[in-house]
Amino acid sequence: MDIKSQISMVFHLDKCIGCHTCSIACKNIWTDRKGAEYMWWNNVETKPGTGYPGKWEDQDIYHGGWQRDGSSIKLRGAGKGKGLANIFHNPKLPMIDDYYEPFTYKYLDLIEAPESDDQPTARPISLITGKPMDIKMGPNWDDDLSGTPDYARNDVNLKKLSPTEQQAMFQLEQMAFFYLPRICNHCLNPACVASCPSGAIYKRGEDGVVLINQDVCKGWRMCVTACPYKKTYYNWHTGKSEKCILCYPRIESGLAPACMHSCVGRIRYLGVMLYDADQIHSAVAGAGSDAEIVQRQKDMILDPFDPAIIQAAKDNGIADSTIKAAQESPTYKFVKEWDLALPLHPEYGTLPMLFYVPPMLPVMASVSSADNSEQAKKMDPKSKFWDDNWLYDTSTKDIFGSIEDARFPLEYMANLFSAGDVGIVKAVIKKLMAIRIYRRWKTVGDISEQKAMAALKEVNFSVKEVEESYYLTSLAKFGDRFVIPPAHREQAIEMLEFTGDAKGSVGFGTKRKPERGS
Amino acid sequence: MNVLDSFLFIALPYVALLIFFIGTIVRYRATKFSVSSLSSQFLESKSLFWGSVPFHFGIIILFFGHLIGFLFPDTVLAFNSEPVRLLIIEISAFIAGLVLLFGLCMLLYRRLSNERVAVVTTKMDIFVELLILAEVVIGLLVAYNYQWGSSWFAAVLTPYLWSIFFLQPEIEAVSAMPWLLKAHVVGAYLIVALFPFSRLVHVLVAPLHYIARPYQRVLWNWGRKEVRNPSTKWTQHRPENT
Repeated sequence: MDIKSQISMVFHLDKCIGCHTCSIACKNIWTDRKGAEYMWWNNVETKPGTGYPGKWEDQDIYHGGWQRDGSSIKLRGAGKGKGLANIFHNPKLPMIDDYYEPFTYKYLDLIEAPESDDQPTARPISLITGKPMDIKMGPNWDDDLSGTPDYARNDVNLKKLSPTEQQAMFQLEQMAFFYLPRICNHCLNPACVASCPSGAIYKRGEDGVVLINQDVCKGWRMCVTACPYKKTYYNWHTGKSEKCILCYPRIESGLAPACMHSCVGRIRYLGVMLYDADQIHSAVAGAGSDAEIVQRQKDMILDPFDPAIIQAAKDNGIADSTIKAAQESPTYKFVKEWDLALPLHPEYGTLPMLFYVPPMLPVMASVSSADNSEQAKKMDPKSKFWDDNWLYDTSTKDIFGSIEDARFPLEYMANLFSAGDVGIVKAVIKKLMAIRIYRRWKTVGDISEQKAMAALKEVNFSVKEVEESYYLTSLAKFGDRFVIPPAHREQAIEMLEFTGDAKGSVGFGTKRKPERGS
Repeated sequence: MNVLDSFLFIALPYVALLIFFIGTIVRYRATKFSVSSLSSQFLESKSLFWGSVPFHFGIIILFFGHLIGFLFPDTVLAFNSEPVRLLIIEISAFIAGLVLLFGLCMLLYRRLSNERVAVVTTKMDIFVELLILAEVVIGLLVAYNYQWGSSWFAAVLTPYLWSIFFLQPEIEAVSAMPWLLKAHVVGAYLIVALFPFSRLVHVLVAPLHYIARPYQRVLWNWGRKEVRNPSTKWTQHRPENT
């Protein structure tokens, strides 16, 4: 057993309101630089939708991630053979247009345009060429599906669904979607690290943060292809790749990363997990099916209260403060104790350490026809007219009734969070539902105690567990959501200057201004 | 032996090599960040394929062809003693040169015509491409006009190049060569001298060590077995990742 500690994350999707505050916080700190304008280390996608870069989940296009190959694993689009053979031209590299061409507007024209009969306009200017351009795509243009069915219908996760299931989804799509915030997963089996010919990308042993050494990176661009989540980005100006650094200067001093700190919905949790690094390879290579990886990854995560584990952790040099943080870790509770959080696309084989509590809302609801003529009569016909005759119905007659005949196919959720295994997702959603039923009995009281307890019993949840998970979901304070052991100064990892000094540069605290080579 | 020949074939190679070695080492140590392939594929991919791939494969084949002639002249001469083998070497080298030329023309055209690529193009990029273009054209002309170069390179030029490296320059043979060949040799020295000032440095950081490396890389700031040991000396340590 080789125990290591890993900073891991949980995003509670039911709480995400899609406000993009996280994206802005990240952009303002790290990527407001030339060459990085198009990068969103943190982005929030509307699901179902195509995401950023477009259709990133379709590995038939991008060839990212690992493939199980007999008793071993191999990189799908990179690696020693493919990577070096394609080094002069990488056929699977996403292009700037797959993200979007960054732009600004000629605002000065609004003030300086000479007097004329026409209103002056601020024309869009490309941030690459500096010339006027037609904007075809921008950051989050698929936000809330932008009033078109195209984004949702081209969602890669729908491919495996039957036509009737897809039809049911599109009916629901008119009124329900959810948000999927994404950052680098800081995987246990990172494909970007494995694909880097220069060896510039590495996983920090101390906390598992995956970083790119900007001095060592030579711009061979294989990491962009290899990362199935498309969370490494090529800076076209400096000729180096960049990625989310999990705000490691903040983490080292015990602060939450900017995206998490700023989260309005308080959906984000960050904590330490202890895991057995010896199982990394077998967790992916030894899995009989893609869905089996989910359980195998969970099995790698170790109980931080077990005295044997604690001793083994100490022998491996893990600090007492880190072990204590692992015991109080909110992510350990969500992922391991309560089985409420799942990794995104476990089938890519990178063992991502960002877990998601799947959203219940779109699953719970069903569409029922309703007579809305009463309400319509009350409205002023000139200003508003209500001709809808459906109802977004979230009432529950039977326990878990609406899960069994959910309009939003669970297959879709399963394609996102459990490699297509509906059983895994359904078990999690049932638990979430049980918490809700229990709390409804407690607070509203229109559900009987027997029904609430029956719900808990069916998902094998104790009253203590349900109260704790309810607390951590709804009431948790800052210190409950982020349990971060500060780095020990004597073993501090990348001792930096004040991050404000690096503003406008690449922000990695390099002592010389990082300038593009000739 | 006149002054010009002495300058071009004695002074120039030493100056070029000095600039090459000192310049690239200084650049790598002082401004490591600036060493990159500076790929522009992210901005334009389609025509890069038709430029970059033939260019690189062509230039690698020809570089190693020259290198083998330089390192193992006797072997090359022995190999070429059979006319069929000589003919095969000559023809395949010439084809490699044409492939290289085609790729380079595509690259140059792409740099000059594509708006996005123009943004990440420096004057040095264009200069390097033009210099290599001239070198390739001259090389092809030499190969066409003075055939069986693989043999006479090994017999005549290799001793000269060896003499440079052994610090006892003998330039009689190269001074007697036609001017076209002299231009090819001088062009090569200029390219060598340009390495530290241009994107050519990326050749020196070709990631061949990737083959021998395990796929995953985990770096520790501290030896984790020592970190909790009270007798560890905290002051004597360099992090792995710098």
